[in-house]
Amino acid sequence: MIAELGLAALWLAAALAALQLAASVLSLRAGEGGETLGGVIRPTAILQGGVAALSFVLLMWLFIRTDLSVKLVAMNSHSAKPMIFKLAGTWGNHEGSMLLWVTVMALAGALIAAIERRLPEATMRATLGAQAFVGLGFYAFLLFSSNPFERLPRPVPEGMGLNPLLQDIGLAFHPPTLYFGYVGLSVAFSFAVGALLTRQVTPDFARAMRPWVLGAWVFLTIGITAGSYWAYYELGWGGWWFWDPVENASLMPWLAATALLHSASVLAARDALRAWTIMLGVIAFSMSMVGTFLVRSGILTSVHAFAVDPERGSFILALLAINIGGALALFGWRAGSIAEGERFALVSREGALVVNNVLLSAILGVVLLGTLYPLVTEAFDVRVSVGPPYFNPVSAIFALPMLAVMALGPLLRWRQDAVRRVRRPALLAAGLAVAGAVIAWLIAGPAGLLPTLGVALAVAVGIASLLPLRGRRLTRTPLPIWGMVLAHLGIAVSLLGMASESAWSQERLAALAPGESAEVGPWRVTLTKVVPVAGPNWTAIEGDMDARYQSGSPIPIAPQARSFWSPSQTTTESALVTRWNGQLYAVIGEAVGDGRWQVRLWWKPLVTLIWIGGLLIALGGVLALIGRVLGDLKRRSVLAKRLRWRGEQPV
Amino acid sequence: MTAGVKAKHQRLVLVLIALAALIGAALLAAWALRNQASYFYVPSQMAADPPAPDRAVRLGGMVERGSLKTLPDGVTVTFVLQDGEARVPVRYAGIKPDLFVEGSGAVAEGRLSPDGTFVADNILAKHDENYVPRELQDMDQHQQAQVVAETTE
Repeated sequence: MIAELGLAALWLAAALAALQLAASVLSLRAGEGGETLGGVIRPTAILQGGVAALSFVLLMWLFIRTDLSVKLVAMNSHSAKPMIFKLAGTWGNHEGSMLLWVTVMALAGALIAAIERRLPEATMRATLGAQAFVGLGFYAFLLFSSNPFERLPRPVPEGMGLNPLLQDIGLAFHPPTLYFGYVGLSVAFSFAVGALLTRQVTPDFARAMRPWVLGAWVFLTIGITAGSYWAYYELGWGGWWFWDPVENASLMPWLAATALLHSASVLAARDALRAWTIMLGVIAFSMSMVGTFLVRSGILTSVHAFAVDPERGSFILALLAINIGGALALFGWRAGSIAEGERFALVSREGALVVNNVLLSAILGVVLLGTLYPLVTEAFDVRVSVGPPYFNPVSAIFALPMLAVMALGPLLRWRQDAVRRVRRPALLAAGLAVAGAVIAWLIAGPAGLLPTLGVALAVAVGIASLLPLRGRRLTRTPLPIWGMVLAHLGIAVSLLGMASESAWSQERLAALAPGESAEVGPWRVTLTKVVPVAGPNWTAIEGDMDARYQSGSPIPIAPQARSFWSPSQTTTESALVTRWNGQLYAVIGEAVGDGRWQVRLWWKPLVTLIWIGGLLIALGGVLALIGRVLGDLKRRSVLAKRLRWRGEQPV
Repeated sequence: MTAGVKAKHQRLVLVLIALAALIGAALLAAWALRNQASYFYVPSQMAADPPAPDRAVRLGGMVERGSLKTLPDGVTVTFVLQDGEARVPVRYAGIKPDLFVEGSGAVAEGRLSPDGTFVADNILAKHDENYVPRELQDMDQHQQAQVVAETTE
């Protein structure tokens, strides 16, 4: 009964989206006469959000109860699974995650309808119409090719379980976070389409769009950071970024959203970069959809697998073509009629932001090409792997100058500035950068070219990121400025972690009998014993070890090699010891045969800075968002007061 | 008047810089990707046209039955990757992936040493029962007969 109810709610939400789209189109056509019709749109959008959310909650309920008469539950859940993973199983599969996608999308639409009051009413209607249009495509996808509520002809006695790699607390919250980011960008897309349709590309439009982009960007940042950490400790290879297509799928929207965030700031503050901001609004969400296509169509496993069962992939591909193609066509048609924005000199804050945008777009292009290239050649039966040897140097060529511009850009004035005015801070940052690289070499030893440049730039960016606070009273500095400072500082912190990890990590591989020790960097690790242990749905061998930092006291660690039985799979549970200056990473392998066990140890100096930096970036976004929303609320109350005052004093 | 010309001029400069950067990115990416085309090898390709000794490449093939040995240090393994036409000996120091077994497919990342042994710093094998490295999907079909012959011998 619950499954049928969920399906009915999904159909109802789709119908409401259709109504929303129709009302939007008709009211835009009617122009001024479309008031009554236009009045329907906001309530419909809010109702659609509620009904879609109900559908998702019902699916969660099916997973909580482990209702094995529902195909999706039987395929992806198991009654012996801990409750948190039953819950996470709701979105740990294709159908459920797509339902989460449309639910978030409908909720975002409901939220705009409920609270956004800054835009002209016609633009608002067009925006909600665009949101409904994109939403309808995904409803159709769910209802016709990925129904999450499908029943089995007869219930099965037990479910198939969830992929053990995914049975991790990090994963319970990783996909929803990313989805909030992906789908949040749909709002920027709809805003861009709405503004194009009604020719209202104004600073007010940028101010209305900015908090949404900020919100989506914060979620993406957290999602990528968490995903990287999850891969680091769960996959047991000690790496934190693999340039895997699935990772690239989340990086590409982030790059586009970062560019959009900065160009929207230019539009809001200076009324320049109008067409470019619209374009980025379209591209950012397009990248979200490309990512979804890559992850959800099965094309990554193999182009041939995709060709064998092309239904879902083709569906998403068609959605991609319609949405992106339609928006780009609209852009091409209307871009000419967007009046040219304010002018600015090359050496100015705008100029620096343009350079930042161009370089971000270049990196986005590099990642996109590298991700799609193997798929294209595979279609012609040429097997190609594109890995770090391509991505690292090619993206660094653009990332390094971008970071240099990022250090100086915030110090420049709007509209026009002179290089000589920022010469002193630039020299200071450059000098400290060189000093930083030299000190790093002296302390930790020589490193390659890229890591050395990374350390130097991290120091320069870190120092320069704090300079915008110079001469300000810290208590009166606006929150968005704090946000920018923190986010840029976060980039520096993260970069320092990446450079340090790639240059100075040490690895030790040893076969140890109980009682024997191995050394890695400043650590000495002793294997005390190897014991079998068992969990609710797995068994494992556990290596009990004592880790000693230099002459410190021993810290017990216990890495495991786990065997799950439903589905049958083994995973590596690494053990970590975190210190302020880095992490010890330990993995236990298999028995060698003569009583010894394989042990793999890494000492990774400053590695945690990678994720701390990521969180700082997200925190900066949160501060900016709070600042923007508070600013808007203040503006609203002033406006309301002024209206009241006018009402009392007839002119 | 001059100010207007100057502003136009600067806009042009900006557009040109943007175009140059994007075209540069495209060209650079295309050039780098062309080099990647020879990043993945199967044993017969490696035998016919070996990569330069210091180049990081991937070698994919089937792990020959009976070839997997652990050296006395307990952590270095040697095995042979073959594709029915050629055999390449591989040395790897590290923990083997969970489902790395003789007779199944694997991809080794590393470098070919001058003595003809492939020294791997990483091994990609099946993550789980259903996963096969992307590069091996075709090979499974092409060499099914071979694998069946080997498993039943």
